[in-house]
Amino acid sequence: MGLSSDDGVMQSTARQVGVEHLLPSPEPVRLLDEHGTQVLPSSARRDYVMPTPERLRAVWRAMVIGRRLDAQSTALTKQGRLAVYPSARGQEACQVAPVLSLGPGDWLFPTYRESMALFTRGIDEVEVLSLLRGDRHCGYDPMRHRTAAQCTPLATQLPHAAGAAYGMKRRGEDGVALAFVGDGGTSEGDFHEGLNFAAVFGAPVVFFVQNNNYAISVPLSKQTKAPSLAYKGIGYGISSEQVDGNDAAAVLSVMDVALAHCRSGNGPFLIEAHTYRMEAHTNADDATRYRTGEEVSTWISRDPVTRLEAWLRERGVIDDETVAAVQAEAEEQAASLRDRMHDDATLRPMSLFDNVFATPTPQVRAAEAMVRAESEAGEQA
Amino acid sequence: MSEIETVTFAAAINRALGDSMAADDDVLVFGEDVGTLGGVFRVTDGLAQRFGEDRCFDTPLAESGIVGFAIGLCLTGFRPVVEMQFDAFAYPAFEQIASHVAKMRNRTSGAVHLPMVIRVPYAGGIGGVEHHCDSSEGYYAHTAGLKVVTPATPADAYSLLREAIEDPDPVVFMEPKVSYWTKGELTPAPGFGQAVVRRPGTEVTLVAYGPSVPVALKAAEAAAEDGYDVEVIDLRTLVPLDDATVMESVARTGRCVVVSEASGFAGVAGELAARISEQSFHSLAAPVLRVSGLPIPYPAPMLEHTYLPGVDRILDAIDRLQWQDTPGDFSVAAR
Ligand SMILES: Cc1ncc(C[n+]2csc(CCOP(=O)(O)OP(=O)(O)O)c2C)c(N)n1
Ligand SMILES: [Mg+2]
Repeated sequence: MGLSSDDGVMQSTARQVGVEHLLPSPEPVRLLDEHGTQVLPSSARRDYVMPTPERLRAVWRAMVIGRRLDAQSTALTKQGRLAVYPSARGQEACQVAPVLSLGPGDWLFPTYRESMALFTRGIDEVEVLSLLRGDRHCGYDPMRHRTAAQCTPLATQLPHAAGAAYGMKRRGEDGVALAFVGDGGTSEGDFHEGLNFAAVFGAPVVFFVQNNNYAISVPLSKQTKAPSLAYKGIGYGISSEQVDGNDAAAVLSVMDVALAHCRSGNGPFLIEAHTYRMEAHTNADDATRYRTGEEVSTWISRDPVTRLEAWLRERGVIDDETVAAVQAEAEEQAASLRDRMHDDATLRPMSLFDNVFATPTPQVRAAEAMVRAESEAGEQA
Repeated sequence: MSEIETVTFAAAINRALGDSMAADDDVLVFGEDVGTLGGVFRVTDGLAQRFGEDRCFDTPLAESGIVGFAIGLCLTGFRPVVEMQFDAFAYPAFEQIASHVAKMRNRTSGAVHLPMVIRVPYAGGIGGVEHHCDSSEGYYAHTAGLKVVTPATPADAYSLLREAIEDPDPVVFMEPKVSYWTKGELTPAPGFGQAVVRRPGTEVTLVAYGPSVPVALKAAEAAAEDGYDVEVIDLRTLVPLDDATVMESVARTGRCVVVSEASGFAGVAGELAARISEQSFHSLAAPVLRVSGLPIPYPAPMLEHTYLPGVDRILDAIDRLQWQDTPGDFSVAAR
């Protein structure tokens, strides 16, 4: 008894007919315009509801604090307290809203750009900055915070997110993995492999592309011919969306839809957030070599923090007093970070040998003995 | 008392995978064609049927994805055993292996560890066409944070793989393809970091591993006919490396040849030669020689025998161990 030809056709197309359900909206989803006026996301393909004022207030507060800590971190490079710092100024909505939408069981996969996201995650600032201070590769405990070590080899964190999400799914947990990646990172092979694995295994991953228009100096136009990075999801069978990444309300709303999609067993979701890196790639980069001041200034009017602040004020959710209080809180946190970073890191050279293997090999032990002898000789001299 | 069985090298690996999966539900086997087909070498034969397709499964054809996915599964408590289909096809995964697998415990100060095994069928001598015969162990052994294991017998294949799967750290498990169909008894075997003397001898030490062990044993036999009493050491694990067994042997014999199928330049054989000179200089009656693959890309199959370190090349090396100008301590009275 073979399948009837009808059944055969059904089988070969059973994956899903059409691409409508995968397509991103034709324009980036927006709930607030540049003045902070609420707009209807009329062209959006899915229902995006305005998050509650309480949640948006929390996002705004975290953005204000995040921006201040980001500026403090850049300042710390000038004082020689950080080896390097990649600022996320201008990308606050992308750094903060996705993280605040996560639950405690979810995993986060950040890149080097995500210091603000990690502050928002509640990880101690000094632990976050250890990587960039240079005393350790990762200063926090990834298992405790369900937050992977910040990833520098571009896009390599994406297959990890797929595996972790699939692992949670296998264990019957309803956790989701949120994986950040940059626009440049979407050109890497692991972007493709990570998305494809997540799709094939139905792994609940939200791939969040912060398209800040540059990969160091290389503009997006040299990275891809795709009409939007969100279209990249379609080829993998991944539902995708693009959002105004400087509109925190829209980012939060799209994240809500993405997380619900993942938690209902629909597999991964891809978001492209259109944003802009206001600072150079890092403090060590000179952005004037590849972009104009005029270009940068067009993004000042799209600032994510002032935009949300305007809406919250207009709604009477916050007022001068609240703004002053949150700014004071941000100042306090920045001062505390500055003070703590002025204490020299405690360095223990002998700890280098602790975590190569659970049980060091004879070769690691021999190197350890050599270094110990050197340091003992140094102490005696 | 259970009887000692005789099985092929491939069957021993299959048995180790099955026993590990039976012992621990968190052990997952995945890769290309490992499910329904049972792997191109049939090493995973029957595992999907026995344990279900969610324990032994096919993945998309993407090696970096396979290893990266395994890293994520480790974060959620699984113990992945992944198969790279062939040595040269593991190269797309190299970034994941070198930048993440090898470094994860270290870069997270011990908070995250990766109990995964990356199985790599490797090396030549099987008449394979291009890209199917690379000896890639040097890349992994050179990368701090990876254990590198390469069995030469079915008994070792079984017990070292069981140990690799139980190890809290990542292990690159390199299976000499040429040995897949050789048979041997499943006897108990020592663990990681313990080399074994496969054949005792008094005048020359041959140090070998993986596919070179059977070649070295043949050479030792042939050398016996020429009157040389040759000892053969099988390293079994390159990381951790058992210096002690090698040095102890060289202290007795005073002469040493390292045999390795990999291209000799900047490779594992050179590392061995350097270590022996550093640690056993005063025991040596002659420089340590290497017999290894040539410093050329692996040749087309009809020419591979010119490339491979064979018995004759090893015998030549033994002849070149300066038997004439031996200092007193090492003179061999009979010669
Ligand atoms: C595999 C790899 N290649 C190159 C680099 C060097 N690099 C670091 S950041 C960067 C640009 C990345 O741009 P994007 O993905 O857009 O992220 P952004 O820095 O804008 O957040 C490059 C090329 C790297 N870290 N990893
Ligand atoms: Mg970018």
